[in-house]
Amino acid sequence: MIAPYLEIAVLVLGITILMCETFAANIDKKTFAYAGIVGLVAVLIASFFLAGSPTQHVGAFWSFYTADALSIFFKRFMLVTTIIVLLMMIDYAPAIRKSEQRASHLGEFFSLPLLTCAGLMYLVSAIDFVFIFVSLELVTISFFVLVSFPRRNPIALEAGIKYLILGALSTAFLVYGITWIFGVTGETNLQKITAAFASGKIDNYAATFGAVLVLVGLGFKIAAVPFQIWVPDVYQGAPTPITAFLSVGSKAAGFVVLLRVLQPFLILPNIERLIVLIALLTVVYGNLAALPQTNLKRLLAYSSIAHAGYLLIGVACFDGRAVTFYLAAYLLMTLLSFAILVIVAQQTGEEISNFDGLAKRAPFLAFAMLVAMASLAGLPFTAGFFGKFFIFVSAVAQQQTALVVVGIVTVACGFYYYLKVVRAMYWPARNASLSVAGGQPSPNNNAIAVSTLSRAVIILLIAATILFGVYPQPILNALKH
Amino acid sequence: MLLFLVLCPIVAAILILAGTSARLTALIAAAANLFVTLLVFVQFDRVAGGFQFVTSFVVSTDWRIQFALGVDGLSLLMLLLATTVTLAAVWFADKIDNYERAFYACLLFISAGAIGAFASIDLFFFYAFHELALIPTFLLIGIWGTGDRVRAAWKITIYLTLGSFVLLIGLILLYQSLPPPERSFDIRALQEAIAVHPIAAPEQRHIYLLLLIGFGVLISLFPFHSWAPEAYASAPPSAAMLHAGVLKKFGLYGLLRLATPMLPEGAHFWMYLVAVLLLGNIIYIGLVTVAQKQLDWMLGYSSVMHMGYIFLGIASANILGATGAAALIFAHGLSIALLFAIAGQIRNRTGTLAFAELGGLAKAMPFAGLAFGFATFAAIGLPGFANFASEVMIFFGAIRNGWSMERFHLFQIATVLALWGVVISTVYMLRAYRSIFWGATSERWSKIVDLRASLRIPIALLIAGLLWFGFFPQTLVQMVEPTFRTYFTATK
Repeated sequence: MIAPYLEIAVLVLGITILMCETFAANIDKKTFAYAGIVGLVAVLIASFFLAGSPTQHVGAFWSFYTADALSIFFKRFMLVTTIIVLLMMIDYAPAIRKSEQRASHLGEFFSLPLLTCAGLMYLVSAIDFVFIFVSLELVTISFFVLVSFPRRNPIALEAGIKYLILGALSTAFLVYGITWIFGVTGETNLQKITAAFASGKIDNYAATFGAVLVLVGLGFKIAAVPFQIWVPDVYQGAPTPITAFLSVGSKAAGFVVLLRVLQPFLILPNIERLIVLIALLTVVYGNLAALPQTNLKRLLAYSSIAHAGYLLIGVACFDGRAVTFYLAAYLLMTLLSFAILVIVAQQTGEEISNFDGLAKRAPFLAFAMLVAMASLAGLPFTAGFFGKFFIFVSAVAQQQTALVVVGIVTVACGFYYYLKVVRAMYWPARNASLSVAGGQPSPNNNAIAVSTLSRAVIILLIAATILFGVYPQPILNALKH
Repeated sequence: MLLFLVLCPIVAAILILAGTSARLTALIAAAANLFVTLLVFVQFDRVAGGFQFVTSFVVSTDWRIQFALGVDGLSLLMLLLATTVTLAAVWFADKIDNYERAFYACLLFISAGAIGAFASIDLFFFYAFHELALIPTFLLIGIWGTGDRVRAAWKITIYLTLGSFVLLIGLILLYQSLPPPERSFDIRALQEAIAVHPIAAPEQRHIYLLLLIGFGVLISLFPFHSWAPEAYASAPPSAAMLHAGVLKKFGLYGLLRLATPMLPEGAHFWMYLVAVLLLGNIIYIGLVTVAQKQLDWMLGYSSVMHMGYIFLGIASANILGATGAAALIFAHGLSIALLFAIAGQIRNRTGTLAFAELGGLAKAMPFAGLAFGFATFAAIGLPGFANFASEVMIFFGAIRNGWSMERFHLFQIATVLALWGVVISTVYMLRAYRSIFWGATSERWSKIVDLRASLRIPIALLIAGLLWFGFFPQTLVQMVEPTFRTYFTATK
C-alpha cells in the first residue's frame, strides 16, 4: 500500500458519513461519530504498513506529493488529533443540540472533521505550491463551517465571520506570494524553486517580496504575531472541540508547511532575521497577553500563540526535529486540557473561576488538568518539558542569545498563568465562606460524570504526556526512517 | 537500592492518593527510606571512592541522556540529610484539616524530588527531579499556608522557575562546551571529557555566571533571596522543614558537584563577586534578621544568612573549605528543620509567633524549651554541634585561600567579616530564645501543654544527628573528602 491511499480512505469515509446523514436520517447521530473514529483508527493502523514512495518512477503526482518520514509522522499526528477531536465532539454534542433545538446536522458536525483531516494529511505531504494551496483550502473551508456550527449562537457566528474574513485575507496573501515566486522562478515545485534560488540568477528583491507574502499567509495559520488578532475571538467563540482541532491540527500543518517552504526561502537574504523577529514578538505577546485572562478557553488561545512562538524559535534555529517533538508534545497536552474543558464546561462554564475547587468535585479531572498545565508550562517529567528543552538546546547551539533570554523570561510568565488554573482547582475556594453561609449547595459542588470512553482517552493522554516526558526516543526515532 | 529510594516516596504518594491511610503510609515510606539510606551508608566503600550503587537506563540515545543513579560520599551525605529531614517533617505534620491525603502526597513528592536530584548522576535528571518539587511546594504553601500565603506561593514559584531555567541554560551550555562526540549529560563522562579537553576560559566564565545565578536563586543567595523568608514564614512547618532543610541545599550541592571540578577558571574569575554576595548574605541579611519581630520570619532570614557561610566554604576552593561547606549543608539542614518544627508547634498552641506576645513558655513546654535551646546553640555554632565543626573547617579553609604573610587578601578579609556574622547570629538567636521561652509567663500561655511524647522522637533524632556529627565530624569528613580530593587534584 502506498501513502496516498490513506487520504483517499479518509475522504471516502467522510463523504460516506455525509451521505448516510442525508439518506438515512433515522440513525442515531452518535453512530456517525463512532463510525468515523473506528474508520480513522483503521487508517491509523494501516499507516504502519506503508510501502515507501517510489524512487525511480517519478510521475507528475510525486512531484507535488511526498511520503517522507516527516509527512508520515504528521499524517499519524493528524489522524490521532482527529480521533480525539471526534471523541470530544461526542461529549460536546449535547451543547449543540441545545442550541439547535433539534438534533439535525449533527452528522455534518461529525463528518466535516474527517474532510479537514484529509486536507491536513495532504498538506503535510505537499511539496508544490499549487498543492499546498489546494489542500489548505480544503482545510480552511471545512473549518469555516465548523467554527460557526452553532449558528444560533451569536458568539460562534462572530467567530465564524472573523475566521472567514481573515482566513480569506491570508489566503489572498499566500496566493499573491506564490504568483510572485512563480513569476521569479517559473516553478511551483519547492525543490525546483530551491534550485532556482540557489542558482543566483534570480531577482532577489522580487523573490524576497514573494517569500514574505507567503510567510504572512502562513503566519495567519500558525497564529504568529502580528497575524494573531483573530485567534482569541475565534478560539473562544468556536465550539470547544473545534478550537482544539484548530489549535493543534491547523497549527501543526502550518508548521510543517513552514518548515518545507523555508528550505528555499532561507537562501534569500534577511529571511532568517525576519523569522527570529517574528518568534520574539510571538513569545512575548502570547505570554504577556495570557497573563490577565480569566476565561480558560481564551487563556488557552493566548497560550497557543505563546507555543507558536516557542515553535518559531525552533524554526529560526532550523531544528526540524525539535519542532516536531514540540508539536507532538503540544498535541498531547493541548488536547488533554481541551478534553477536560469540554467536560467541565458542560456542568459549569469556561471561566477559570468555574474550576474553583475542582479537586474536591472531580479529583480525577483536576489531576488530569494539573498534568496538562504542568506540561504546558514546561515542568520536567512531562512531554512539554522535553519540547522546550530541545528548543532551548538548539537556540543555545545557534547562539541566539536574544531568543534564549526572552524565552526564559516568558517561560516564567507561563508558569504564572498555567498555575492560576492549578490554583483555582486546588487552593481553598475564594468564596468558600460565602457558600457555607448561604447554606445552599452551589452548582459548583456536584460531582462531574465522565463517560468511560472520555475517561480512557484522558488516561491515555496523561500516560503519553508522562511517558514522552521521561522517554522521548520513540518520537525521535519515528522521524529517522 | 537507590532506585528504591527515589520510587518509594512516589509510590507511597500515589498509594495515599488512591486511598490508603495517609499518615501511616507516609511515615512507613519515610522510615523505609531512612533505613535504606543507612544501609547504603554502611555498605558504602569509603576506600574505593567514586560513584557506587550505580543503576542506569538509557533514555535518549540521540541526546545521550540516561536515567542514572549512583552515590559518592557527597551525594550520600545529601541523601542522609534528605531522608532524615523527610522522616522528621512527615512525623511533625499532624492535624491536617482538609485535603489530608494531598498534604502528605505533596511532602513525599518534594522528598522524592530532592532524593532523586541528589542521587542522579545524569544532569538532565538532576535538574528534572529538583523541578518535581515545584508544584507540591506551590500547593503546600497555597493550601495550608498561613499569613500572606497567596503572595508567598506565587513569589517562590516564579522565582524558582526563573532560577531553574537560567540554570537549565547553564547546563545546556556546559553540555555544548564539549566537542560533539564527547557530549553527554552523564556527570562521570563529563568529568572525564573535561579532564581531556578543558573548557576554554571565557566559556567557563559564562557558564559559571549562569550556574551561579541559577543555583543562587535556588539557594537564596543575596540579592536573589527575597522569596525565601516570605515562603518559609507562610509555609506549613513540615514544608518549611523540607524546603529550607533539604531542597534549598540542591543549589549548593550543584555548585559543589559541577562548578568546583569542571569550571575552576570560572570560579576563580568570579571569586570577588561571590565574596561580595556572600558577605551580603552574612552581614546584610544578618542585620535584617536581627530586626525581625516574629520567629517565623527570623528563622526564614536566618536560613538565608547561613547560606553565606556555605558559600564561603565553596568559594574558598580548597579541600578543607569545600568539606566544611558540605558538612555545614548537613548540619544546617538538621538545625533549621528542628527550629521550624518547634516554631510550628508553638504556633499551633499560641496562634502567634511574635516575640512581643510570647514569653516564659519554658515553664509550660519544658521539652520544647530544651530542644529549642539545643537548636539555638547549634545554629549559633557552639562547639559540640555539627555546625561548629563545619564552620571551623570553612573558616580555616577560607583563610588559607590566597594566604600570604605580608597582608590580608580578599578571603582573609571576608573571613574576618564572616566571623562577625557569628556574633550577629548569636544576638538574634539568643534574643529569640529569651523572649519566647524565658521571662515572665503571661496568663495567656499558662494552659499550654508540652509536645506529645511521640513528637519528641523526631526531635531527638535531629538533635542526636547534630550532636553525633559535632563530636565525631570525622564520620562525615571521611566520607566526603575523597570526592573533593579528586576534584581539587584533577583541577591542579
